[in-house]
Amino acid sequence: MIEIQNVRKSFGSLEVLKGIDLTVHKGEVVTIIGGSGSGKSTLLTCINGLEPIASGRIVVDGIDVHGKGTNLDALRSKIGIVFQQWNAFPHYTGLENVMLAPRKVLGLTRQAAEEIALKHLTAVGLADKLTVYPTRLSGGQQQRMAIARALAMSPEYMLFDEVTSALDPMLVGEVLDTLRMLASQGMTMICVTHEMKFAREVSDRVAFFHRGVMAEIAPPDALFGAPREPETRAFLAATH
Amino acid sequence: MPTTALTLADLAFLAQGAGLTLAITAVAVACGTVLGILCGILRVQFGPFWTAPLTFLLDVFRSVPLLIRLVLANAAQSIAKLGWGPFTTSCIVLSLYTAAYCTEIVRGAIVAVPQPLRRASRSLGLSWRQDMTFVVAPLATRVALPSWIGLTLGVMKDSALVLWLGLIELLRASQILVTRLQEPLLILMICGGIYFLLSFPIARLGGLLEKRWSPR
Repeated sequence: MIEIQNVRKSFGSLEVLKGIDLTVHKGEVVTIIGGSGSGKSTLLTCINGLEPIASGRIVVDGIDVHGKGTNLDALRSKIGIVFQQWNAFPHYTGLENVMLAPRKVLGLTRQAAEEIALKHLTAVGLADKLTVYPTRLSGGQQQRMAIARALAMSPEYMLFDEVTSALDPMLVGEVLDTLRMLASQGMTMICVTHEMKFAREVSDRVAFFHRGVMAEIAPPDALFGAPREPETRAFLAATH
Repeated sequence: MPTTALTLADLAFLAQGAGLTLAITAVAVACGTVLGILCGILRVQFGPFWTAPLTFLLDVFRSVPLLIRLVLANAAQSIAKLGWGPFTTSCIVLSLYTAAYCTEIVRGAIVAVPQPLRRASRSLGLSWRQDMTFVVAPLATRVALPSWIGLTLGVMKDSALVLWLGLIELLRASQILVTRLQEPLLILMICGGIYFLLSFPIARLGGLLEKRWSPR
């Protein structure tokens, strides 16, 4: 369970998160929508401790992420995150990209790591790209590789930060299919996205962020069908 | 057919000088690179404020001419009664000289590794050390290599200045021969040829590695 309690965060004088409260249960898919600069992506990087927070608490399975003495490296291996820019390691092949963390962080043997990597690369449809370097892959393929790389750590939670935003429209579908597959397997996910149709289809709940505040959170039918807040209505009207 | 007074023994004398040039260069580049990597990482990790004293020291090492530093270091070790021979003194001064340049090369190369990539590796649970070893080091090495090869070749040629401490390296050896045989053109051509033979493999090695590491 991920419990986010009254989290505040600023970049200089700009407060990007103004007291966020959100609890995500095991097996739940929560998507976060909202305009640019609403704090959606920042929240994700705070959940796995890549960014510090100013106040409040984020607790993942009873562990205070920003607490003193928290082993962030251990915690991060159970919270996978995939970014808008896929960040493939250019000096490793597809297989090596996925094998790196299982070998070095989990301490698996080369053979065991390879098996896991193979399984996840096959699941995202890249079984034929194992020995290919990332520069030879399309954006969509690199993004699917990044997803496989995160999944290879057998995370209990997956955070997706606008994973389709930097992709050519033709390639968005293949990445969303991968996310749908994960959701159907019961993965606990928080997805920041601009794909409204996708959000409506896979989410258990959809949160709308506006200027650092979670303006509204509701099941997709309620949020898209009958938004309560005027900001939500304005945002949805603008994106439809 | 022009004749020469140059004998095989003279050539062996030149080769001996070349050996010393190579030895000093190898020690200076090895020690300087290790020190440069350490200082480069420190500079990136602790930021300009905390490493200001280090930066100042390195700036001194980069801006005072090598010849002056060699002579000063030799005088200093003699005043301090350290008992360093000219070879040790030369190696230390040249190592620090190499380290000063190498630090900047390393710093630039580490900074060139995209921050999001490092974030991605940390997000997978890799520790700082693992991130540095498996992601930053291989990528930074590719960036640093051309400048580092340039530095190595530069140090090899600059090492000629140690002749001022009385060491008979390649250039000094050819000077001695020129004085004795009065055939400067031939001897300097041979000397230049030897420098080329020493440098060429290093330059080629750099080219080869660069090609091997370029994105496939």
